[in-house]
Amino acid sequence: MPSSGSPSRLRVTGTERVGPYTLLRLERGDLESGVPGQFFMLEAPGRLLPRPFSLCLAPSSELAFLVDPIGPGTEALCRLQAGDEIGVLGPLGNGYRLDVERPLLAGGGIGIAPLPYLAEQLGGSPPVVLGFRNAECAEVAALLPGADVVVDPVFVTELIEPGFDVLACGPEPMLHAVAALCPTAQLAWEAPMACGYGACYGCVVEIDSALKRLCLEGPVLDAARVRARAEAVA
Amino acid sequence: MRILNASGCLDALAAPEVAKQLDAFVTKTVTPLPREGSAPPRIAETAHGMLNAIGLANPGRERFLAEHLPRLHDLGVPVWVSVGGFCADDYAESCSSLAGIEAIELNLSCPNVDEAADSAAEIVAVCRQATELPLYAKLSAAHPDVAEVARAVAAAGADGLSLINTLRATALDRKLRPVLARGSGGLSGPALKPVALHAVSVCHEATGLPIVGMGGIQTGQDALEFATCGATDVALGTVLFADPGAPARARAELAAACVDAGVVTPEDARSLAKSPETERKVPA
Repeated sequence: MPSSGSPSRLRVTGTERVGPYTLLRLERGDLESGVPGQFFMLEAPGRLLPRPFSLCLAPSSELAFLVDPIGPGTEALCRLQAGDEIGVLGPLGNGYRLDVERPLLAGGGIGIAPLPYLAEQLGGSPPVVLGFRNAECAEVAALLPGADVVVDPVFVTELIEPGFDVLACGPEPMLHAVAALCPTAQLAWEAPMACGYGACYGCVVEIDSALKRLCLEGPVLDAARVRARAEAVA
Repeated sequence: MRILNASGCLDALAAPEVAKQLDAFVTKTVTPLPREGSAPPRIAETAHGMLNAIGLANPGRERFLAEHLPRLHDLGVPVWVSVGGFCADDYAESCSSLAGIEAIELNLSCPNVDEAADSAAEIVAVCRQATELPLYAKLSAAHPDVAEVARAVAAAGADGLSLINTLRATALDRKLRPVLARGSGGLSGPALKPVALHAVSVCHEATGLPIVGMGGIQTGQDALEFATCGATDVALGTVLFADPGAPARARAELAAACVDAGVVTPEDARSLAKSPETERKVPA
């Protein structure tokens, strides 16, 4: 596992505004890009703890992450400029299984983050459906040309047809809805994490009806593993 | 000066390469019965620190002894077991069940569970009867006079002190609700360091016992400050979350800090606190 040493220092190659989000591009350094859905811990400048991000794009010699500025750590990441350096640890956790026959990618809001790299690794231009809360957020759909896009009050689940192997990422209510619709779906969850490698016990979610660390069990989980929780929420 | 981890800040079985950087691995606190721990959210970042309310999640004594401890021994790193409970007998039974480890740390100060009814000294006294293993008492600096507690546990038979545990604290989100599901948690990180240095200093003066100093240590220079205040060893906690290479890094930095301070070993730094030039700077 990649937690044997200190985080790698990676140089920022550039940032791009995409709707309300920022695409942060870093030199890849000695890090592997990993399996889609795995995540990296990014140092948030000036903050004590790093923040977890799934890999969005992996162009040659770069790693790119999609950042939603929702607090002081993510805001600091969005302010980075080309030439700055941050510590990066990863790839961590378990990503999507790619051995699926009829993939359909479903993303909600910032949950679009792992899907461009997932689509690339799957190959063959899999169908993509995306949902956003408004038109500004929907601008980020440009990262996945050809995707079917809906905006609130239409839900992305309305675009999911039967017979697909759904690979999804998005807010919790969306993932519960996808799980109810597609019991075989693979879902990428998120939780507050201090470490990303099982040390802090902070990121527990109910998995297989018990509190388990998402960083070690997930973040991508088969829908059945969270079914009990989905029913509890419903 | 040995470098350990603070209890609950590392899972050696999930991250063995981090544990192997340590001079000893301290387990997450083991209680008699399994505990699932607190509901999420369990953690929150604050200014210069973080809160946690994990709630002593652990597999319980029986499963720990049968499944976890043998695998920990396989790592080849000396093991300290952190023992917790809700009455003195809980602690004593766990102590008597342990063998083949380097030391026992008695968690007498978890901020995320209701306190044991028995006093720290009473718990140490019954544990002293239950084991010949070295007993370190982990104390809270929230007590109005931590040196008094240190003297009491020393008289009860503690071989050393672990100082300090997190401090009970609360953080609110932007909607003015507690961030943690439990409402409050334990504050750790750099915000704690001045509190910890003071506790180490007064408990060293009060007891002369070996002390594992902890609380906000980020660098080797921080570790040397703890040595100066009387710590014989140090433990890394929150820093491990951001930097799993922190033990090896801090060890290298500590050697460099000793050179800068003009001392041969960290232990020599204690004399700096007693020198005429600096004695007013370190409380005793």
